[in-house]
Amino acid sequence: MTATEATVSADAQRREPNHGLRIFLIWLPVALAADLIIWFVWGPHMPPGDMSSSASSQQFDINVMAVMAAPVMAFILIYAGYALVVWRHREGDEEDGPPIHGNTRIAATWIGVTAALVLGLFVFGTVELVVPAGAGSGEGNTPIWKPSGGTPLQVQVIGQQWRFTYRYPQFGGFETTSLVLPVGENVQFNVTSLDVIHSFWAYQLGVKADANPGINNVAYTKPEHTGQVQVRCAELCGLWHADMTTLGHVVSDSAFSAWASAAKTQLAALTRNLPPYALTYDPNSVAQLGKAFRQAGLSGAGGQYYGPQYPVQP
Amino acid sequence: MAIDIQPDRAEAPGGRGPGAPRPARAWWLRPAIHTGIIGAVLGYFLGHWLGNYIASGYSQVVNSGQNDFAIILGYALGTVGWLAGLGVFNDLGRQIAGRPIHAEQEVQAASSGLARYFRYSLDHKVVGIQYLVGMIGYFLTGGLLAMAIRTELLSPSYHVFSSATYTAIVGEHGTMMMMMMSSIILGPLGNYLVPLMIGSKRMAFPRIEALSFWLTPAAYIVLLSGLMFGGFPFGWTGYAPLSVQATQGADAYAVAFGIMGLSLILLGFNLIVTIICYRAPGMRWSRIPIFVWAIMTTSFLMVLAAPVLVGAMYMLITDRTVQTAFFTDSLGGSSYLWQNLFWFFGHPEVYILALPGFGIVCEILPVFCRKPLFGYRVAAAGMVGVTLLSFFVWQHHLFDSGINPDMRPVFMLTTELISIPTGFIFLVGLGTFWKAKIRFTVPLLFALGFYFNFLIGGISGVFLSDVPADTTEHGTFFVMAHFHYTIMGGLIFAFFGGLYYWLPKIMGIRLNQTLGKIHFWTMFVFFNSTFLPLFAVGMAGQPRRVYTYARSLETLNDWVSISSFLLGVSILIFLANFVYSTVIVRVREEGNPWRSRGLEWQVASPPPPGNFARVPVVLSGPYEYGVQDAPPVADLDPPLGVLSNADASVVTEGAEA
Repeated sequence: MTATEATVSADAQRREPNHGLRIFLIWLPVALAADLIIWFVWGPHMPPGDMSSSASSQQFDINVMAVMAAPVMAFILIYAGYALVVWRHREGDEEDGPPIHGNTRIAATWIGVTAALVLGLFVFGTVELVVPAGAGSGEGNTPIWKPSGGTPLQVQVIGQQWRFTYRYPQFGGFETTSLVLPVGENVQFNVTSLDVIHSFWAYQLGVKADANPGINNVAYTKPEHTGQVQVRCAELCGLWHADMTTLGHVVSDSAFSAWASAAKTQLAALTRNLPPYALTYDPNSVAQLGKAFRQAGLSGAGGQYYGPQYPVQP
Repeated sequence: MAIDIQPDRAEAPGGRGPGAPRPARAWWLRPAIHTGIIGAVLGYFLGHWLGNYIASGYSQVVNSGQNDFAIILGYALGTVGWLAGLGVFNDLGRQIAGRPIHAEQEVQAASSGLARYFRYSLDHKVVGIQYLVGMIGYFLTGGLLAMAIRTELLSPSYHVFSSATYTAIVGEHGTMMMMMMSSIILGPLGNYLVPLMIGSKRMAFPRIEALSFWLTPAAYIVLLSGLMFGGFPFGWTGYAPLSVQATQGADAYAVAFGIMGLSLILLGFNLIVTIICYRAPGMRWSRIPIFVWAIMTTSFLMVLAAPVLVGAMYMLITDRTVQTAFFTDSLGGSSYLWQNLFWFFGHPEVYILALPGFGIVCEILPVFCRKPLFGYRVAAAGMVGVTLLSFFVWQHHLFDSGINPDMRPVFMLTTELISIPTGFIFLVGLGTFWKAKIRFTVPLLFALGFYFNFLIGGISGVFLSDVPADTTEHGTFFVMAHFHYTIMGGLIFAFFGGLYYWLPKIMGIRLNQTLGKIHFWTMFVFFNSTFLPLFAVGMAGQPRRVYTYARSLETLNDWVSISSFLLGVSILIFLANFVYSTVIVRVREEGNPWRSRGLEWQVASPPPPGNFARVPVVLSGPYEYGVQDAPPVADLDPPLGVLSNADASVVTEGAEA
C-alpha cells in the first residue's frame, strides 16, 4: 500500500487542521489523569489487597497493567470519538473519501509500539512470577521458584466434593476443616484432591492452585497481616461447588502455636485413623477416611468417599 | 489459481447420468424434515435396544438405572437415521448401486418456495438461510438459558432453582453458546456469501455443505435431551473426572459436541476448498474481500482444531461406556489429558468465534467510510497471525493447574503476542476512519459497537495473560465478563451488523432502520450494563458457575440481572424488526442500497439461481472507494474467450498491484 494522498491538493492540506496533534493534545491529559487516578486513588484498593506477599504482588501487577492499559484504551476511544465527530458524513456530500490504501510508516509504528508493550509486559510478568516465588499460583509438584529462608510451614489442602480439609504434617499430621496460619511466616500449600478437580482459592492471600486427583500442586505465600481469609473453590466440581467455602484465619505466631498444639491433642484419636501423611492419596485406599470423619463428627463428601466410577450427582 | 472453465449452468455435482428426469413424487414421499424425524426416532430406538442387548448389565452406572452404552448408541443411530431420512445417503447409495443420480437440483427447483428450506438442499443460498434460521434459534435458546441463570443470581439466599437445576442450566447455556454458535457466521453468511463474493456459481462440495448444516439440528436436540437426564454438572468445559462420574446428561454433552465437531470440520473444509479453487478469473489473493480472508482463516482453525475435540469426546464416551481410563487418575489415566485436549481445541475455538467478526467489521467500515480499507494486507496478516498463534496459547487456561509450571512464561508470551495481530484490526479500523465520510447506518453502528466491546474484551484479556494477575482472576466472573465481551460484544455485534448489511442482499428486503437503531442502542447499552459490572464482581471474589454468592455482592448481581433481562428485550426488538420488515411491510430492496463495491452487490437481490449468468471477470479490488477512474469491480458479462487470458488483461489498481 502506498501512502499516497495525491488527490488531496496541497491547498486543502494547508487548510486542514493538524488532526494528529489535536488528538494527541486531547489524549495526553486524559491518559495522564487516568493513570494518576488508577495508581494513587484506585490502586491501593485494588483486589486482592495486600494481606500476603503474593496478594500484594498480584495487586502490584494489576495496577501496573491498568496503568499501561488506560492510555491505550484512551487513545483508541479518543481517536474514534474524534473521527466520529469530525469526519462524519455531511448532508449533501456525495463524494467518496480520500483513497488512502495504507501507510507503511504508521503501520510499522503501530506494530513497533504494540510489540514493545507486549514484550515489556512479558518480561515484567515473568519477573513478577519468578521473584515472588510463583506469586501464589499453583506450581505443580516440583516447584522451581521457592521462597528463600528455611522450610516453610507445610499445609496440605485436600479437596473433595464438597469441602476443603487441611493437614498440618509438621504437627503430627492432624486433619481439620479450619485453615489457620501464622502471620509473617512462609507457607507452602500442598494442594491435592480425592475425587474431581477443584481449585483452592484463598482470596485475600492471593493463592489459587488447582486440586487435581493424584497430583500435588504447590503454592507459596507469606501472610503479612492478621485477619480473615475467604476460601472458595474456583473450579466447577459438581452440585455443591458454590457452597465449597470456608473462612480461614491468619493469626499471630503465638496464637497459631497455641491453636496447633491444642488441635494436635484434640484430634489425636482421629489422626491415628487417618492414612499416613502423603502428598497424594489413592482414593481407593483411603476408605477409612470416611470412618475417621464420622468419628470426629465431620462429613467430608457426605461422610464417605466414593470413587470417580460411582456417580452420586446429576 | 482461479478456475478458468465453468459450465454455463450449474450442474448437479457428481455428473448427471443418461437417464430421463424422474417424475416428481408426492411431497410426503420425498425426503425432507418429516422423514428425517421418522428416521431419527427409529434409529434411536434401534440403537437403544442394541445397546441394551449388547451391554445389558455391563455398563449400568450406579445410581441411575440407565445404560450409558444404550443411550450413546441410540444417539448415534438416531443421528444416522435422521440423516438417512433426510436423504443424505441417497445419492451415495445410487452411486454404489451403479444407478444414475437423478438431477436433484431440478427436483428442488420444481419444489416451490418454503418447502426447499426443509429439505437436504444442495443450493448454497438455501443452506445459508437454513443455517441462519438454525443459528438464531440456537442463539435464542442459549439466551433464554442465560436469563434463567441471571434469575437465580438475583438473590444469594432465595433460590428459584435447585443447585442441580442451576448447574444443568449453566452447562446447557455454555455448551449451546460455545458449541452450537461456533458456525454462527461461517454457516449462514459464509455459505451464502462466499461464492457470491469470489464470483463462483456454487460451493465446492454441496453435499458436504448441506450435511454440515443438517448435523446441527441433531446436535441441538441431543444436547437439549441431556436435560431429561438431569443435565450435566460440568459447564461447557467438561473437566474429567467430573464428566466421567456424572450421570447420563454427560452422554448428551459428549455426543452433541462430537456431532458439532464433525459439522465444523465439514463446514471449514468445504469453505477452504471453495475459496482456493472456485475464485473467478482475476480474483487474486490481493483482491478477495477481507471477509473472505476471515472465513478462510477461521475455516483452517475449524479443520485443524475440531478433530482434537472429536477425539477427546470419543475418549470421554469410551471412558463412560466401555470403561477405558483415559481420564481416571487411579487407573493410569490423567485428568490433565482432558484439559490439554479440550483447550487445544478450546482456544482456537474462541478465535473461531472472533475472526469472522473481524472480517465483518473490516468489510463494513470501508463502505460507510467511503474510503478504501486502510492496510488490506495488514488486516489479512493479522487474521493469519491470530490463526497461527492460536494453536500455541492453550495452556494459559491451565496457569494454576500445576501442569508444566516452568513453561508458563512461554504461554504468557504467546498469549500476549496474539494481541499484536489482534491490534492490526484496530489499526485497520482507526486508519479507515482517518478523514473518512462516516455514514451512521445501522451496520456501521454495530461495527462501532464491536470495536468498543472488543477493546474492553481484548484489554481484559491482557490482564488474564499475566500469570500473577491471572491467579486472582482465573475461574472468576472476571474471566466470564472477558469472554462475553469478546464473543457476545464482539462476534454477536458483528453478526447483527452483518445481518443489517447483507439481509437486503439475501432477502431483497430492507430492514427497518429506525427499529434497527433502537435495537443497536438498547443492545449496546444493556450489554455493557450487564457485563461491565461483572469484571468488578469477579475481582471481588465471585467464582464462576455458582448459584449462591457473598451477600455483599447482591446489589451488583441484581443490577447485572436486570440489565440482562433488558438485553434480552433488545434481542426481541431485533426479532420484531425482522418480522415487521419481512412479513408486514416488505420494502423491496433490489439494487445496491449501500453503494458497495462488493462483488456480491453487483448482482440482483436476492441473487438469481446460479448467482451469475456468466462467470464474472474481476477487474479490481472491492475497496477502491474514492479512487479516481477505478475500474468496476468486475465484468459481469465478459466476452467469450476472455476467461483464458483474464490474468493477463489486468487493469492497474494502484502502485503495488
